[in-house]
Amino acid sequence: MSAFKVGASPWRVGGDARVTGHQEYVADMHLPGELHAKLVTLPVARARIAHIDKSAAERVPGVRIVLTADDLPQPVPRYGPQFKDRPVLAVGETKYHGEPVAAVAADTKDAAEAAARLVRVEYEELPALFTIAAALDPAAPLVQDPALRPGDPLAASNVIRVHRVGWGDVDAVPADLVIENSYSFPIVTHFAIEPHAYMAAPDGDGIAVWSTIQHPYWLQRIMAGILGLPLSKVRVIAPDPGGGFGGKQQIKYEPVVAFMAIRANRPVRLVLTLEETFQAVRRAAAEVHVRTGVRSDGTLAYQDIEADYLIGAYVDIADRVVNKGSYVAAGPYRMPAARIVARGILSHTVPSTAFRGFGNPQVNWAVESNLDEAARALGIDRLELRLRNLAHKGEAFIPWDTPADGDWEQTVRKAGELVGWGKPLPAGHGRGIAIGIKSGPTTGLSYSTVRLLADGSVIVYAGTSDMGQGARTVFAQIAAQELGAPQDWVMVVMGDTAIVPYDAQTSASRSTVLMGNSVLKACRSIQAQLRTMAARLHGVDEALITVDRGVVKLPDRELTILEVLKPGLGALGGELTGNGETRKDAEPGHPLQGAPAFFEFNCTAIEASVDEGTGDVTIVRHVTVSDVGKAINPLQVRMQDEGAAIMGLGHTLMEHYIFDETGRVRNLGAIDYRIPTSMDLPLELHSETVENADGPGPYGAKGMSEGALLCVSAAVAAAVREASGVVIRDLPLSPERVWRALQERDGQTAGRNEP
Amino acid sequence: MACTLPIEITVNGRRRALEVAVHHTLLDVLRDDLELTGTKECCLVGECGACTVMVNGRIVDSCLMLAVEADGADIVTVEGLAREGELSPLQEAFLDKGAVQCGFCTPGQLVAAQALLAANPHPTPEEVQEGLSGNLCRCACYVQITEAVMAAAEGAPK
Repeated sequence: MSAFKVGASPWRVGGDARVTGHQEYVADMHLPGELHAKLVTLPVARARIAHIDKSAAERVPGVRIVLTADDLPQPVPRYGPQFKDRPVLAVGETKYHGEPVAAVAADTKDAAEAAARLVRVEYEELPALFTIAAALDPAAPLVQDPALRPGDPLAASNVIRVHRVGWGDVDAVPADLVIENSYSFPIVTHFAIEPHAYMAAPDGDGIAVWSTIQHPYWLQRIMAGILGLPLSKVRVIAPDPGGGFGGKQQIKYEPVVAFMAIRANRPVRLVLTLEETFQAVRRAAAEVHVRTGVRSDGTLAYQDIEADYLIGAYVDIADRVVNKGSYVAAGPYRMPAARIVARGILSHTVPSTAFRGFGNPQVNWAVESNLDEAARALGIDRLELRLRNLAHKGEAFIPWDTPADGDWEQTVRKAGELVGWGKPLPAGHGRGIAIGIKSGPTTGLSYSTVRLLADGSVIVYAGTSDMGQGARTVFAQIAAQELGAPQDWVMVVMGDTAIVPYDAQTSASRSTVLMGNSVLKACRSIQAQLRTMAARLHGVDEALITVDRGVVKLPDRELTILEVLKPGLGALGGELTGNGETRKDAEPGHPLQGAPAFFEFNCTAIEASVDEGTGDVTIVRHVTVSDVGKAINPLQVRMQDEGAAIMGLGHTLMEHYIFDETGRVRNLGAIDYRIPTSMDLPLELHSETVENADGPGPYGAKGMSEGALLCVSAAVAAAVREASGVVIRDLPLSPERVWRALQERDGQTAGRNEP
Repeated sequence: MACTLPIEITVNGRRRALEVAVHHTLLDVLRDDLELTGTKECCLVGECGACTVMVNGRIVDSCLMLAVEADGADIVTVEGLAREGELSPLQEAFLDKGAVQCGFCTPGQLVAAQALLAANPHPTPEEVQEGLSGNLCRCACYVQITEAVMAAAEGAPK
């Protein structure tokens, strides 16, 4: 039973169902009388919709609804987590390749698919913007109607917002050397193996919505607004997603499914294909220009950073990604001055959304790579340069903000040791090291209810979504630890707004800290009730009683919780209930509307070799070390860190959307968009943690699971450079790109060698 | 409206007689007709491995096989791996080693690994990685999956 306690790695809660095929994801659920939906999209990036002829589609046997914008309430409702800009179906114009212009619901999937193909859309293709340069051209068309952004001085441009953060005077701080470069990061996509899926059904005088969503309560709020219903009449059921990575945070096609369900007065289901999922979520591309000022002794003078993020046609959560991702762009270093200007730029592309790292990997790639250049130019060891400038614990590296919340030097030194930094390398090999930092949650609200039942078993209610990170297991471990219940006596209920108390969101690696603290508080409330019970039963002053790890300690004896609970509850049985709340309010005036609850801090060190003939990069050794405060479940920590590390190798070495000349995505789906397989792993992968129990979560835990992805690119590129001499500032470091760089290197060498 | 044909297949030891649409894949029939939803649908082009099942002892991407082609076949899906409520050694090893995160690719990984071990009871880690390279895991617990398969092989009679 002790295997289930904090610091151990018990079997995943829900693991049995996952290995037997009985875990029910949204696509596995069916409702009686359900209709099957299919979206209608156009094979162009942008078009003016002239006319939609539904007649042929409506004649397909079994078709119940062919829905276009004209069939929706007028004006067509618009929605989004940040801006109400996205219409339920395209109105007048499709703004990206894959935007739905109509939707069909039919008795069978076959009928829905056949009818969707028969919806005849007359359209005029319009020129599309799918690069930052094109979108910023003064002559460029506006992606969004300025009327959607009343009073916004930027409404007549394709810039959604400009975020400026800085301190000191970049122009006045003296530097002995200035390194100035531009870097690019491509569009990549989440590629959760579970494609997004939705169902909606009339539910009394309200509606029930099933979704692969990470934030059921945020979805509930937006759906209630669109449908004009009270929150209590919108029930969101959110079964554990089959991978999220941020892509499932936000509302997507739930509204169109709900409107069809209301119209048909029947349940409607929509399961996206992988291709449609690629056209629903992706990470923002970025172009980052960095000027790094350094003194000759290797101390940093300033960072001057301009980051332009290519976001999509609708904002989704992208403006927040730009704001928060760029905020710590100068890194965890002592920095006399910094100037960070970040812009989100609208384009005729798939709306970009949250994705593991939340805007940080793009700027980290640029800034950490530039630090490498600075070290090389000064002749200072690249690890040493970082250590020389790294903020000490308690040091405010952003002057007004949460100070460094860990002994980060330990993390960096550990990574250096594990990769063999400074040791001789075989010919053709190189090493790179980089540091990643990310702000944790800046606001948040998580409630939990815990019930201790009469037999000592426990039910934990938590509105977190367990999309693989293992939140269920962590909460069960906390409850088992605090209430002394055995492993299989704890049940964790999630994912239903009619049952589980409010939780703001499952994002920013927050759940172990914020919801974990709420679960802990709920358990401690039950402990307090047990103390009262024990005092009453044994005639002891309550103040002299403690409850620790499932044991009730009286001055003269120790009892199990059950030995207090059973007599305490009496013949009728019943239960004890505890509630916990963790709140992090917004701080007006703060650039992120709140200081981070913690930082995710990671150091990644890479040894790589380059195939001179093909440009293929082999990761010989990949070291990832994260400061996690306290690993409540060390195996799950390892799984998250290694998973993040490998995902980072994906965008570093192989992943990117490829557009044709008109702005259509050419590599939709699994054949032409490659993610790491079991054959793409580092030859050695080492993940380690630093645990000083100095986090704000239960038992000193910090949030983790994004950190190990943040700085992979810069570490790999630095290793490639040392291995081959080539400098590449555009991701991914695909064999073709590396090979071209090698050819260029050799061409230049040959040129110099010519007599 | 659709053209159908009768087929007989054995799924996880149980004989099933069905009338299936000729254009439906084995994946469609397993999930929609037989309600065996453990086999997952993702890429539909045979690249991700989420729909992996065993057909006459060989692994197949069930999204690429028409159900009519499976007529007469013996099929094992993830639901057939545990016997009488007891997890198989491989399933246990997946949980022991942390080879399961979101779990969506897990059924395909398990079926592919089961077939791999049947053909090669004592593989090297490299053979496991090559053998499972058709099964994508975006949570990327590839290292743990390999460890789990090696652990299950370890326990198998030599």
